[in-house]
Amino acid sequence: MAKTVPGMGIIKGMGRTLKHALGTTFGKEQITVSYPEQEKPRPHRFRGRHILNRYENGLEKCIGCSLCAAACPAEAIWVEAAENDPENRVSPGERYAARYEINMLRCIFCGYCEEACPTGAVQLGYDYKMVDQQDVQQDWSSRDNFIFVKEQMLVEPGQGKPDPLSQALDERLKQNPNHDRVW
Amino acid sequence: MGETSFDLMSLFWMLVRIIAIFAGVMTMVPILIWMERKVVAMFQFRIGPNRLGPFGAMQPLADALKLIMKEDITPAGVDRFIYFLAPLLAMVPALLAAAVIPFGPASWTRITDLNHSVLYTFLLASLGVYAITLAGWASNNKYSLMGALRSAAQMISYELGMGLSLITVVMLTGTFSLREIVEQQHLLGWNVFRAPTMFIAFLVFFIAGIAETNRAPFDLAEAETELVAGFHTEYSSFKFAMFFMAEYVNMVIFSAIATTLFMGGWSGPGVNFQPAAYDAAGALVTPATVVGGWPFVLLGVFYFVAKIFFFLFTYMWIRATLPRFRYDQLMNFGWKRLVPISLANIFLVAMFIAWRRDWF
Repeated sequence: MAKTVPGMGIIKGMGRTLKHALGTTFGKEQITVSYPEQEKPRPHRFRGRHILNRYENGLEKCIGCSLCAAACPAEAIWVEAAENDPENRVSPGERYAARYEINMLRCIFCGYCEEACPTGAVQLGYDYKMVDQQDVQQDWSSRDNFIFVKEQMLVEPGQGKPDPLSQALDERLKQNPNHDRVW
Repeated sequence: MGETSFDLMSLFWMLVRIIAIFAGVMTMVPILIWMERKVVAMFQFRIGPNRLGPFGAMQPLADALKLIMKEDITPAGVDRFIYFLAPLLAMVPALLAAAVIPFGPASWTRITDLNHSVLYTFLLASLGVYAITLAGWASNNKYSLMGALRSAAQMISYELGMGLSLITVVMLTGTFSLREIVEQQHLLGWNVFRAPTMFIAFLVFFIAGIAETNRAPFDLAEAETELVAGFHTEYSSFKFAMFFMAEYVNMVIFSAIATTLFMGGWSGPGVNFQPAAYDAAGALVTPATVVGGWPFVLLGVFYFVAKIFFFLFTYMWIRATLPRFRYDQLMNFGWKRLVPISLANIFLVAMFIAWRRDWF
């Protein structure tokens, strides 16, 4: 029928677009958001600005091993280690990162640093808005200001990025309790 | 209304009506710009403008300001007189056509009533192509010229189908006056339904109207993807704004004419119109009246505007759905489909009129 009557294709197409228009207005078909007020949820494994994690007791996870700097293809990471003072520890191991800097202009957000890290200290977080915002007191007018130092990336204990794989598995298990067995 | 007395008061009221209808039609332009952006956004799963004013309603104002603040460039090598004339030629015929459209049942809701107003609007509609052709020619630009050529060819192939579909309306109603056409429809039902094949005439008229106003899918004259911006490539600032406004005014006028000819104009439930009565000698016995007075006249105007907006929404709906026709497809469609179909339709409607002579 649709092939034989001339103009049927147009009528079908018009119906389809009207359906989508109504779905956008009254339903949930709308796919854009009002950006600064609303944001789209990032996926679990999103690679944004780096964060440096702490243990529950407040000690830094980073032990200053420089494996992230070695893994970095863009050579964006600079780590300088120092011996821990047993009386006043910064990290649980022998050494800690006295300086930890990432040049955000060189970083390609590949996540190799996160993979290389033996303690899970450095992670690529969910923040992607490395632009001037009213609520972030950061001056972006100079290239030097794009070199992030340790204090800018350290987060409170428990604020780290959840392990993306286990998170994804949890989601699937919530939807289907037998998922792990199927897998 | 056959008043031809040119006393000062009637002249004054004529001026008031002209200004009111001019303002009304021009007010439609920003409304349409906003509506088009919102509606097309809707069709594309987007939100559309929502920053300026409630629901982004101030967006056209910002657009207009931006256009006016832009530098008005006259490129080297243009034919200056024609280059300046073309935007005016686009705007003026579009507005002139509003003079004969009956916006409501009472005489104060239209500027004037010509007894050949169908021909008058048709004439002004075809004048619009001169603006495009002259703009393209005067711009001294290959893209503009291509757009102008396409527009001229498009006009010739579509105007024929449009005229032939108009003839069926004139055959049914027996008059060229838009006022009488609407009054007949108020008493006898919409013209689309008056004969079984009238919807064909309506479809042909509507398709030709889209081509006439250079809207998608027949926007070959501007075809952004092929011709930069077609005939208005070399126009900037307010001269571009004139073309832009003319396109929207043309849309409004065309929707108004389509409503008047086929969809019953201002007629609708609640509007009780009494046509003028004449005695055997042709003298006026009682003038045309609307029962209930001016509130019901305004109700008629409301119906008219609502029907216009239905057409305008359909315009945008079609724009959001159909891709642009290729040049040769357009010519084929015009000459090989629309013209024969409307010719056959004239024959069918004539047969129907002959068969049901007592209805007319």
